[in-house]
Amino acid sequence: MNAPLIRTVDLTKDYLLGDTRVPALQGVSLEIARGEFVAVMGPSGSGKSTFMNLLGCLDHPSGGDYWLDGEAVARLSDDALAGLRNRRIGFIFQHFNLLPRTSALDNVALPLLYRGLALGARQARAAQRLAQVGLTERSDHHPAQLSGGQQQRVAIARALANDPALVLADEPTGALDSRTGIEIMALLQTLNRDGITIVVVTHERDIAAYASRIISFLDGRVVDDRRNTPHDANADLAALPDPAK
Amino acid sequence: MNFYATLLIALKALRVNLLRSALTMLGIIIGVAAVIIMIAVGSGAQEKVESQIKSLGANLLIVFSASTSHGGARSAAGATHTISEDDAYAIARELPDYLVGAAPALRGSGQIVAGNSNWSSTFYGITPDYFEVRAWTLADGRYFDPAEINGAAKVAIIGQTVATSLFGDESPIDQVIRIRNVPLTVIGVLASKGQSLSGNDQDDVVLMPISTARNRVLGATVLAKSRSVGSISIKARDGVDLKIAEEKIRDLLRQRHRLQPGQDDDFNLRNLTEILQAREDSSRVMAMLLAAVASVSLLVGGIGIMNIMLVSVTERTREIGLRRAVGAKSGDILRQFLIEAITLSLIGGLIGVLLGSLGAELIGELAGWPIRLSPFATALAVSFAAGIGIFFGYYPARQAARLSPIEALRHE
Repeated sequence: MNAPLIRTVDLTKDYLLGDTRVPALQGVSLEIARGEFVAVMGPSGSGKSTFMNLLGCLDHPSGGDYWLDGEAVARLSDDALAGLRNRRIGFIFQHFNLLPRTSALDNVALPLLYRGLALGARQARAAQRLAQVGLTERSDHHPAQLSGGQQQRVAIARALANDPALVLADEPTGALDSRTGIEIMALLQTLNRDGITIVVVTHERDIAAYASRIISFLDGRVVDDRRNTPHDANADLAALPDPAK
Repeated sequence: MNFYATLLIALKALRVNLLRSALTMLGIIIGVAAVIIMIAVGSGAQEKVESQIKSLGANLLIVFSASTSHGGARSAAGATHTISEDDAYAIARELPDYLVGAAPALRGSGQIVAGNSNWSSTFYGITPDYFEVRAWTLADGRYFDPAEINGAAKVAIIGQTVATSLFGDESPIDQVIRIRNVPLTVIGVLASKGQSLSGNDQDDVVLMPISTARNRVLGATVLAKSRSVGSISIKARDGVDLKIAEEKIRDLLRQRHRLQPGQDDDFNLRNLTEILQAREDSSRVMAMLLAAVASVSLLVGGIGIMNIMLVSVTERTREIGLRRAVGAKSGDILRQFLIEAITLSLIGGLIGVLLGSLGAELIGELAGWPIRLSPFATALAVSFAAGIGIFFGYYPARQAARLSPIEALRHE
């Protein structure tokens, strides 16, 4: 458990725009230990999204190396990366990305399907993950029948389906009102306390404040990397006026 | 990931977009139904011609009296009898290598009376060869014996239509019918043949020995006086080239009739089987044409599937991105969309088979056309539909599989 969960060495990524090479990431070397709650910040075009895509094994780096959980992934094939995403990484998106007209339970079970689990095992596991995010009674609901916060919680349950080592959240509160956003951060903090490493991309200082470490990107480089004393999202929630009143 | 799981995903995706799936299938449903109906109608028509050939008898050549000219005045064909019973016997005697039999027939028509019912029909005076040459069999009773043929016996064999018209459900055997006041005892009933090529009822017929027809029934008319006959039916041997048999018969008849080279035949030699086979060929071509036209609609249905699948891939780009993110390999995506397309076309194909079969039966019922549903054509149409699913589903599926997960997730 001493080895870091994530280690990148001089990671670069260029994009071809016509004939010109546009460097999106210019040599990023960092380590993220197990159990960390990291916020990645930076203005648009700073390279933070590119960095997240590489961390999420969605893309191949142009140069440098990346070890996830001790495994070198920089030069793995597309299919191997797909397998890796399935087993090691959970994704949370700004717009939830749930399958429409599909029940919450089936949405959560989707990664299990690609893992090749049998129907019974899929349903049992998905139900368990829904319970973990407090949506057991909504398991038959379609996304259209759920509020934004509930949809994001279904998405979190889906991210947890395969017991990932790493959860990557891309602006997870971007499409939610502030109270619901804090609720989602509270859920992520709970998961983090249970040992899951979480990396959140955000451009909101308030959201980054819930992380234990904040990494800032600018022009494809890490410009700031510091420890943070995280705010307690649950405490913040309690301080807010109760919406029911 | 295994095939079953992919199938499940594809089926689920189709069910989620039920209306669109149904509309997409419509093209294939109509296409397959059209193919089934067209083939059923086409092969039904073909089967009818085939059965007509069978009822006519295979390898059949017929000699008719032709027009003759006397001092420049030409008479209508058949108005005078230029061929004789002896011509028939000569053909049978001289050309045994080429033919099975040559049957002269003397034709007449008249009112046929039995008890207090009567019926207008055609009768033929014939020899025993006639049955084999014209492929007649008996449903009841017996054939003429040689003594009856030669002795102008007062016996007759009647067709089904005559039997039911005169005797109803009663057995006609041993009953007496009268033609032109000549009483004839019915000794047999012919098996039914149904309609002829020209739509005539072939069962509306009375057969009697040729001597009976000549000497007793037609006795008063000029035509019957000599040994002349109206037609000679000739059945060629199997494997004999009918063209050559025709030539041999023509030569023999010209020689017997003492026709000079350059002079017109005074008889008509027709190859009826050939005419029928030509008709069969044309009906087969027709059936194939119909099927080809129907296949075009199947093709159009396939293009419809491709169209919808392409729209579907674009519309579901984010879904594809998400599936890739949670672990779908590009092969999984390819298979999912391919299976969706094949499922659409297969289900459409099966519904098409159902509707097509029903439609064909309905058309047969309403229009009175002969219909033949063939399992082969059905299997062909369904596998063609599945093939179209694969062919037209592959391109959209590959487009889907080629999407980069990042681009797909970012898609608005």
